[in-house]
Amino acid sequence: MSTPIAEIERKPLTKKEIAADHPTWCPGCGDFSVLALYFKLIEKRKIWHEKITTVAGIGCSSRFPYFVQAHGAHYIHGRALPFATGVSLSRPDLHVFAFGGDGDAFSIGGNHFNHCARKNVKLTYLVMDNQVYGLTKKQTSPTSPIGFKSKTDQWGSMDEPVNPMRQALSAGATFVARTTHTNPKHLLEMMEAAMDHNGFSFIECLSECTEFFEGAFDASNPRKGGEFRDMPAGHDVTDEIAAYKAAAEPFPGHFGIFYKVNKPTKNEKEAEINRRSREKVQGLADWQILQQNFDRMK
Amino acid sequence: MSDSTVAATASGGSPKISKVSEAVIRIAGNSQDGIQAIGGFLARLAGRSEQDVMTFMTIPSTISGGPSIFQVRIGSGEVLSSGDEADVLLAFYQHSYENHIAFLKDSGVVLYDTSHVTPNPEWQKKYRHIGVPISELTIEAIGGTAKDKGKNIFALGLIARMFDLDVTKLERLVAERFRGKVATVAEMALTAFRGGYGHSTATLGELYQFTAPQKRDKEQVVMNGNEALAYGLLAAGVRFGSGYPITPWSDLMEMLRSELPKYGGTFVQAEDELAAVSIAMGASYAGHVAVTGSSGPGISLKGEAIGWAVMAEMPLVIVDVQRGGPSTGMPTNIEQSDLNIACYGGHGDCPRVVLAPASVEDCFYTAIEAVNLARRYSVPVIILTDQAISTRIEAFDMPDLKTVMQDLTPDLTPRADHKAYDLKAVDGVTRHAPPGTRIASGIYPVVTGLEHDEVGHPTSSPKLHMSMTAKRRRKLQALARTLPKPELFGAPEGDVLLVGWGSTKGSLYEAVENARAAGDSYSCLHLRNISPLPEGLEKIFDGFNHIFVVEVNDEGLYGYGQLAGLLRSRYCDPRIKGINKTDGLTWRVRDVLSSVKERLSVPKH
Ligand SMILES: Cc1ncc(C[n+]2csc(CCOP(=O)(O)OP(=O)(O)O)c2C)c(N)n1
Ligand code: SF4
Ligand SMILES: [Mg+2]
Repeated sequence: MSTPIAEIERKPLTKKEIAADHPTWCPGCGDFSVLALYFKLIEKRKIWHEKITTVAGIGCSSRFPYFVQAHGAHYIHGRALPFATGVSLSRPDLHVFAFGGDGDAFSIGGNHFNHCARKNVKLTYLVMDNQVYGLTKKQTSPTSPIGFKSKTDQWGSMDEPVNPMRQALSAGATFVARTTHTNPKHLLEMMEAAMDHNGFSFIECLSECTEFFEGAFDASNPRKGGEFRDMPAGHDVTDEIAAYKAAAEPFPGHFGIFYKVNKPTKNEKEAEINRRSREKVQGLADWQILQQNFDRMK
Repeated sequence: MSDSTVAATASGGSPKISKVSEAVIRIAGNSQDGIQAIGGFLARLAGRSEQDVMTFMTIPSTISGGPSIFQVRIGSGEVLSSGDEADVLLAFYQHSYENHIAFLKDSGVVLYDTSHVTPNPEWQKKYRHIGVPISELTIEAIGGTAKDKGKNIFALGLIARMFDLDVTKLERLVAERFRGKVATVAEMALTAFRGGYGHSTATLGELYQFTAPQKRDKEQVVMNGNEALAYGLLAAGVRFGSGYPITPWSDLMEMLRSELPKYGGTFVQAEDELAAVSIAMGASYAGHVAVTGSSGPGISLKGEAIGWAVMAEMPLVIVDVQRGGPSTGMPTNIEQSDLNIACYGGHGDCPRVVLAPASVEDCFYTAIEAVNLARRYSVPVIILTDQAISTRIEAFDMPDLKTVMQDLTPDLTPRADHKAYDLKAVDGVTRHAPPGTRIASGIYPVVTGLEHDEVGHPTSSPKLHMSMTAKRRRKLQALARTLPKPELFGAPEGDVLLVGWGSTKGSLYEAVENARAAGDSYSCLHLRNISPLPEGLEKIFDGFNHIFVVEVNDEGLYGYGQLAGLLRSRYCDPRIKGINKTDGLTWRVRDVLSSVKERLSVPKH
């Protein structure tokens, strides 16, 4: 089976080699841009197929792994983050990217989002926020704006929407950024910064659902008469209060890195526990470590 | 105390010494008095003396402790169960005395603390009563500062004297137990022990001595089922796990959390059970065989992920330490009521492997088997234990850890080509290729819960769904063909076949022995492979007039329990009947036998 392939002979991957199935998204769906820029990221940063893992939950956006020619897992609705946590903590050699929608992230997976953030697990989570349930055909999502008419709120959505930036900040995420599918350059920049961050990096990417919430993000799209506003000049990414203030701006708000601080990751803390535990059993084979326990049970 | 009682030396006013081949000692008190510790010492000593041992304990359901018991049965021959009745009741309080005297054999011995127990004159006629001011003497022995502390060790000394136990070995055990604590604690414990041991033999009256045990070739280890299971997982090469606290699973998870880092592994406390199974699944996907586990409602929560593991064909080990249900149910009760959720839980056609260890030793080896089956067949494997087996202490042969220990470092050997769900694979058995594996063809797998084609891409083709469903089934049918035919305990033909699973094996075997001694032709078939079942059971059934499936679960809507339901649907044999109970305790031998008798006496219609 195994054919050894010399590293040196390897040429950087081309887009063709990274693209798998043609996406099944509707024409014009915002998710296409995210995918295109993920390919760019892989190309630009010369990541090999086998070094990257693409994990997703369930939703239109979560179909992502099928379209990427690399190891991928299409997991269950809302639980992509714990799955990605298991990959990240057990395989430090891999880049772990998780993708999902707003329902996946903030409704069914809301609790996992909080805990993955506070544990500062080293991975990147990109949420394609279309403010609606796409795959199940237009129900209210936790980020739907008040008044949005959906199949489950014919009179308009009534509940206060989740503000993903504030949610991430309050959960303790160490990298919090916001971007939009209509600004590819910015989207790639955010992805690169997220990937380089040592810890839990979260990106909210506005990603229009042309089928069920057309025009949702026009106000942030210069081509539709809106305005793309960068973070205010001089924004200090380590200033949590400033990040909250930026997050409180009314729609379409700001785009960019809201918050970024360096804190020890869960991966590092567990590795430290391992190092200390291993010191005590230095030089012993695994069976000898276990033998110590059995000898105490004689 | 056993049939082999032989009167021995009774010269010069020294007490009579009787030889016994086994003894059941029930220690009743409050859990905070360290009664588990006494039982633990006795069990460990038995193991070091080449004796067989089995214990039984109850966990108080309140945090602050409360009445609880620890029963230990020590034998110079084979010990199958922890014993229906006790030879000696050690009672610390009035409630211990009153609530447990019924478990004492006729003319059994009550050893009680005169500081707390007033004996009942009626009972004094029936049982031999030995009163010792345990609390007072302990305070006297260790200096009066420690209050109730140490009285368990004092009582251990009394028992050691009563049964002429090996004092050197016991003192070493006590010293080992308090090693690492301040020296005065260990000193105090030994003083308390010697106080008890040195107590006047005159009060104790008759003394006992165990007959010499059979020589064993191997050293014995003594531990409970949770420990054996945790160590089995470590020996199997499991280096990653995740869980969420719930009784009685928590002990196992805490052990894994503290042990795994020594091996370079990690155990993550997750935010809930679905997160726990998902974190473990991620690690399995990444090339390890990871473990998760739970009890009661936590198992229900994991259901969706287990279905994913079946569909995505991901190896994973899930431990279910069963407790009384449904819902939050009876957290500290013994029950075997999760067989159905283990075998069938979840939506869709969802075959998986279910194993149920039958003894503490079996917990160790079942863990290894579970890991290997998960890996070989890329399938989730559920291990069903319960509170009885997880807290029960048994002695067994020291495993040869050097040969048993497995290395499961992810295999990232590059491949020319890989189809995660190759339909041409023999028996439908494919192996997962973890991320990090380079695939020369450039076609990489997506593992998925959607129905898929051979490389894992979604499909709505009925033809593919049919062949993939069959693939997931066929591989477990292939596994079934490799399973050893289960051993029959007793003759292959007879009147009654008792069928059981999991922790009840010892009681059922002992029931068979007792029935045979009384002239009834009973045998027992004990199953540890619950799904898939081994082949050929119908041939075993054919040898008997009656088949009773004995379980600690309800008789259900139709009069039989969960394993009986499975066997009935598999074999369409109307002779398969259920014997069930839900009192939260494991089967007592005589209750099994009386239930069978009762069933046999019901006239046929
Ligand atoms: C346990 C479970 N409940 C419900 C569903 C159905 N479901 C699939 S995707 C989805 C919502 C998707 O919305 P979102 O996460 O915003 O993704 P989008 O399709 O908008 O990209 C729902 C409710 C499911 N697959 N699993
Ligand atoms: S339904 Fe909406 S989110 Fe889904 S693919 Fe179509 S446009 Fe995209
Ligand atoms: Mg959405």
